[in-house]
Amino acid sequence: MTQRTRNLLLLAPAGTWFLVMLIVPLTVVLVFSFGERGASGGYVPAFTLEQYANLPARWAAFKNTLILAPVGTLAALVIAYPLAYYLAVLASPKWKTMLLVLVIVPFWTSILIRSYAWIFLLGGRGIPALLAMIGIEDVRLINTPFAVLVGIVYGYLPLMVFPIFVSLDRLDKRLLEASSDLGATRIRTFLQVTLPLSLPGIATGSLLVFILLMGEYLIPALLGGGKVFFVGNALVDLFLQSRNWAFGSAVAATLVIIMLISVTLYMRLISKLGAQREDVSLM
Amino acid sequence: MQRDDKPITKKQFMEELYRYKKGSVSRRHFLGVTGLGMATAVMGAAVPGLRPRPAFAAGDIGDRVVLATWPNYHDPANFEAFTEATGAYVQVNVFGSNEEMLAKLQAGATGWDVFVPTNYTITTYVGEDLIEPLDTSLIPNYDPKAYDSRFSDAGSVDGKLYAVPKDWGTTGFVVNTKHTNGVKVDSWKQFFDMTKNEFSGRTMVHDYQLTTIGNALKYFGYSFNSVDEKELADAEKLLIECKPHLFAISSDYQPSIRNGDAWMSMAWTGDGKQLNNDMPEIAYVLGKEGGEIWSDYYAVPKGAPHRAAGYALINFLLDPQVNAKEVLAHGYPSADAHTNALLPEELLNDPILYPAQELLNALEFGAAVTLTDPNRAELMARFKSA
Repeated sequence: MTQRTRNLLLLAPAGTWFLVMLIVPLTVVLVFSFGERGASGGYVPAFTLEQYANLPARWAAFKNTLILAPVGTLAALVIAYPLAYYLAVLASPKWKTMLLVLVIVPFWTSILIRSYAWIFLLGGRGIPALLAMIGIEDVRLINTPFAVLVGIVYGYLPLMVFPIFVSLDRLDKRLLEASSDLGATRIRTFLQVTLPLSLPGIATGSLLVFILLMGEYLIPALLGGGKVFFVGNALVDLFLQSRNWAFGSAVAATLVIIMLISVTLYMRLISKLGAQREDVSLM
Repeated sequence: MQRDDKPITKKQFMEELYRYKKGSVSRRHFLGVTGLGMATAVMGAAVPGLRPRPAFAAGDIGDRVVLATWPNYHDPANFEAFTEATGAYVQVNVFGSNEEMLAKLQAGATGWDVFVPTNYTITTYVGEDLIEPLDTSLIPNYDPKAYDSRFSDAGSVDGKLYAVPKDWGTTGFVVNTKHTNGVKVDSWKQFFDMTKNEFSGRTMVHDYQLTTIGNALKYFGYSFNSVDEKELADAEKLLIECKPHLFAISSDYQPSIRNGDAWMSMAWTGDGKQLNNDMPEIAYVLGKEGGEIWSDYYAVPKGAPHRAAGYALINFLLDPQVNAKEVLAHGYPSADAHTNALLPEELLNDPILYPAQELLNALEFGAAVTLTDPNRAELMARFKSA
């Protein structure tokens, strides 16, 4: 067996998987997006750009997604970074494992169940009732964009914490000492040494969370009460309620394109920042 | 809690069943205390409706049956009893709209054996060749003469029987009278006007085009089933005006009404009855302009994987003894005279289940065209994504 055949054989499972689960469905979506809705729903073959012309009818869903996905990612980052920093740099080894387990624990229960818990917490008998006790009356939290934001940050926080934790955990502590020896303040050390070196973790975490948020469906459906509408929710409606597969495919294809563009731009930005990092690295 | 080896008495069993239904004991407790796990014979003696029937004894129907149905629409104890009697476990899939059921069947391979379509959808299922003509020899409990024809007619298409009646009901709304300041609420006009004013942020509408659009059409006095472009445009304008004032767009409104977050919601008979039972301040209202009257059916999809078990389940649920327990649990009226003969008088006179004739006269059955009309579907989608 030559090296080449062996490599091909090793790649075969992943290759087949990508072909069947990614390439084929995406092709179907693309073909359907140029078709028409059948008389009682479904798809009728055609070649028309009508579905794409109709995209503005879902503008609000795209707008909500394109605002809440980056804002949610940023909020998760702001909350996750200090936590990851504490876990990686400050926590004693004895507590570290324990605290890491605590970050994972929520994953042991389905996100569906946990979102239902949030329905209660944000509902009239939860946090608003507590606020009323201290005189802040009539606060409405559930079924607002804020509730959805809370839900997505809560749901995806561990996905942000872990990559940042790993990058900070591997950080060579001697670099921090060197920085201090050379007279840098702690803030300067953080900004010029720690932060740039944890950039890969930030990039990975943000990408993971952002991509998942762009396709989010469950949390807006549960915590948004059908009023905070993501592209994911629009897709579910198009396939399961109005049974307009052609238009649904056009919306799905557009979402994939928007994601490709934003992820590419993001990767470019990160690699540019990474290139600057070379200047500050002592290595 | 019973801990000796004596079999449970009929009275104790019924008490435990009632506690279980109310949710005050867990299923595990219920099964343990009643001995359901082992003592089929004892239970059969305690509850006549649970005795094994010849149809099941005839042959092995497999180990499961998949039922697609609506929320809060069955007595879970009946499913347990079916499993005890036949060995087939009942897997329940809950849906929020007929559109969603149709979409799943159109996409193919649902795995369902029985589902519960509403009157106006059946001709579409037949036209799309998605359901089979029923083999009545497998449903001996179905007695066509016992049904009020208003609620069984839609089950037959071109003289062939495709679906047998489950329950019927109305679509009105529930309102928490604690917040109405004594004002009598009795119309869809009030429903939407209050939503935009004093009930802002407290109203829910269904996540279901037929009822949400239909009731908005009634605000203007149009037909519940209208597909007229101008009339639909009026309804859309009203819905979009109301959207910022809605608490939620969801067909699962019981939890929010119960905890007080929502004060008013479009609602079906049984939910109205269940809410009113537990919270007398929740009134069930039929708009005086009209609205929907409907009838649900049991049907068998083509290619049902556990077809025999599906028929056995339909037959079991149509047994008047079993059906009466279903009605007591879900609060939707049955159109079956045999079942009604077993129900308490006060339920048969209940104004939520059986509204006054002049209110009923104003109601319309859903029309087949609303299910497939692309404008109604798109209107609903635009309203939700607005």
